[in-house]
Amino acid sequence: MENKLIVSSSPHIKSPESIKSVMSDVLVALFPAVLAAVIFFGLPALITILVCTLAAMLTEAIILRNKNIFGDGSAAVTGVILALTLPPNPPWWLCVVGSVAAITIGKHVFGGIGNNIFNPALVGRALLLVSWAGHMTNWLTPVELTATATPLASSSHPGFFNLFVGAVPGSLGETSALALLLGAAWLFYKGHISWRIPCTFLAAVFVMGSLLDGGFSLSQGLFHVLAGGVMLGAFFMATDMVTSPVTPRGQLIFGLGCGVMTMLVRLYGAYPEGVTFAILLMNALVPLIDNMTLPRKYGEVAK
Amino acid sequence: MSLKTFKGGVHPGYHKSATEQKPVVPAKPPAVAIIPLSQHIGAPCEPLVAVGDEVKMGQKIGDSKGFVSAPVHASVSGKVTKIAKCNSALGRPVDAVFIENDYQDTWHESVQPHPDWENLTADELKKIVREAGIVGMGGATFPTHVKLSPPADQKIDYVLVNGAECEPYLTADHRAMLERPEDIVCGLKLAMKIVAAPKGFIAIEDNKPDAIEALQKAVAGEENIEVAVLHTKYPQGAEKQLIKVLTGREVPSGGLPAAVGCLVQNAGTCIAIANAVRKGLPLIERIVTITGSGIKEPQNMLVRVGTPVAEVVEQCGGFTANLRKVIIGGPMMGLAQPGVADLPVTKGTSGILCLTDKEVTIDEIHPCIRCGKCVDVCPVSIMPLFIGSSVEQGLYDRAEKYNALDCIECGCCSYICPAKRPLTQWIRMAKGEIAAKKAAAK
Repeated sequence: MENKLIVSSSPHIKSPESIKSVMSDVLVALFPAVLAAVIFFGLPALITILVCTLAAMLTEAIILRNKNIFGDGSAAVTGVILALTLPPNPPWWLCVVGSVAAITIGKHVFGGIGNNIFNPALVGRALLLVSWAGHMTNWLTPVELTATATPLASSSHPGFFNLFVGAVPGSLGETSALALLLGAAWLFYKGHISWRIPCTFLAAVFVMGSLLDGGFSLSQGLFHVLAGGVMLGAFFMATDMVTSPVTPRGQLIFGLGCGVMTMLVRLYGAYPEGVTFAILLMNALVPLIDNMTLPRKYGEVAK
Repeated sequence: MSLKTFKGGVHPGYHKSATEQKPVVPAKPPAVAIIPLSQHIGAPCEPLVAVGDEVKMGQKIGDSKGFVSAPVHASVSGKVTKIAKCNSALGRPVDAVFIENDYQDTWHESVQPHPDWENLTADELKKIVREAGIVGMGGATFPTHVKLSPPADQKIDYVLVNGAECEPYLTADHRAMLERPEDIVCGLKLAMKIVAAPKGFIAIEDNKPDAIEALQKAVAGEENIEVAVLHTKYPQGAEKQLIKVLTGREVPSGGLPAAVGCLVQNAGTCIAIANAVRKGLPLIERIVTITGSGIKEPQNMLVRVGTPVAEVVEQCGGFTANLRKVIIGGPMMGLAQPGVADLPVTKGTSGILCLTDKEVTIDEIHPCIRCGKCVDVCPVSIMPLFIGSSVEQGLYDRAEKYNALDCIECGCCSYICPAKRPLTQWIRMAKGEIAAKKAAAK
């Protein structure tokens, strides 16, 4: 009997959590946003999400020569998040190109999961945005699905209630703050995200929106928080584990930076929306931020 | 009431129900007691007996001239049959005195109660503690008389009794607190007298309400002793965390508790002090929790030091067929054993934990996904993920920069890691490499 004993270094028990379970939790958290997208934008939304997710999973499975297409679930998360940043009815090949780019250029050229510097879904989105700007800004009104502009680029205010539930034109997953908050609450409950990045991100957007968009106006600040991709970005993209800081103070700085950059692009940049570029830029700074914000260790002696 | 707690930590399954309600039962004395000459941190003892000698129970059979050391005593009466190597929980064979038990339990004449114990001076008490071979019984086995001798310029303000027992599965301290609360309070008062500390704490996690009640009763009327109820969280009983929680003081990096006026003693150690001072008993037995799903009848037992682990296991019904791991200590910091042959229970054996294939997993190591959970749970606020990746690349200087040397090896980072990275093990490697480098540079 004794030759079957296992000898290993302590600890001898591990939490049941795994990368797969974390990714599955994220997928569950994305479900309300997916549901909202399908409710507001119909079947084309569902097809877009499915194509993106499948393409992302297949790409990863091929790169890793993995027979299990779901793998650790991270590719599916990338696919769903990418889909949620797309307009309601993009051509199918746009979805495929975006997903393949996200998984290859965004993730595996850096060495695969854990090693990528930039949020893969946003790499895919950025590529699509600069390559096919027309397709990427082809907005539709919810339910009736007629061509229109997003609230950020239009002069008429859709009303805060519509902004909150998501009955406004925009990318698939970014419109419904309600659905995103539900999902975020789940991630918070499971301990996968902390308040630090989303809250500082939203706070920076709110403050700059209140002060700098045509004089002092709190409602303009709230508008900037609810409109466009800020909620999706703050809760699901800036909080991406791999590409955000691990130190508590670093997370505060990172969230703040994302918010500030978003508003600089929105108010003074060439694009109406700045979440994508803000997060990508802050992603690049993560190693620097982490190393500058190492926590004070227990018993640290002042020098 | 808000409970006292520390930053970080984890909530593993506690699994204490198998033994927490079971009173301590005496284990059978061994047929052959194997008394290792090194059961403590510090200089090993030299044997004071020779093969063929008759020894009596409680007789000192090994001692050392080194200050950081503790003598060892015969736990049975009988004949020394050999002095040879035996196995130790650390994996290194150590010298040991093998005594064939004559089952007479004849006490040695040196074992005499001290009727005047209340009038003994601090130095006399310290000498008794040393002669009784008392070491830290939580598992670290640091000689207690050394702990009780802080540098002259460091005044001790608090003596803390560690009854947290935050390691899952183990209930030895819990039972000790329930069944011998007076001894614990007596041991604490003696320790306070030796170091002239004005205040004492007995710290217990709130998952042991009966022990809290028992000790609150035992300290009734003691104005300078307080029972502190702690939040149940691992590693609540880690020395540095306990000090911070109870006194708000932080032991400086690389320093000892005495530097902030604190002294921490395990609950079992307090009982040993009380026994030595009042009854003149050396440390020859201890409470051991034998538990886990790999043992048929989990129990708390009072085991003579030197009893082979195999004999103790036998008295608990033996191992189950699906046994996969035998651990000396708890599941978070204990030491896995390749087998139990020639492995005796020592002064530091708080538990014999037997796990089956249900609990023991061999996990594939995945890349770090930078979730930062290891940073969140680390009670000393170092960066396990960065130390881990530094060690993977052989960059030990970088590991030191991320404060590898401050690691208390509690295991929280490895426990929580969703990528199943052996972070604690890597940090241990880093500590070894950094220490070796420093030694070479000297």
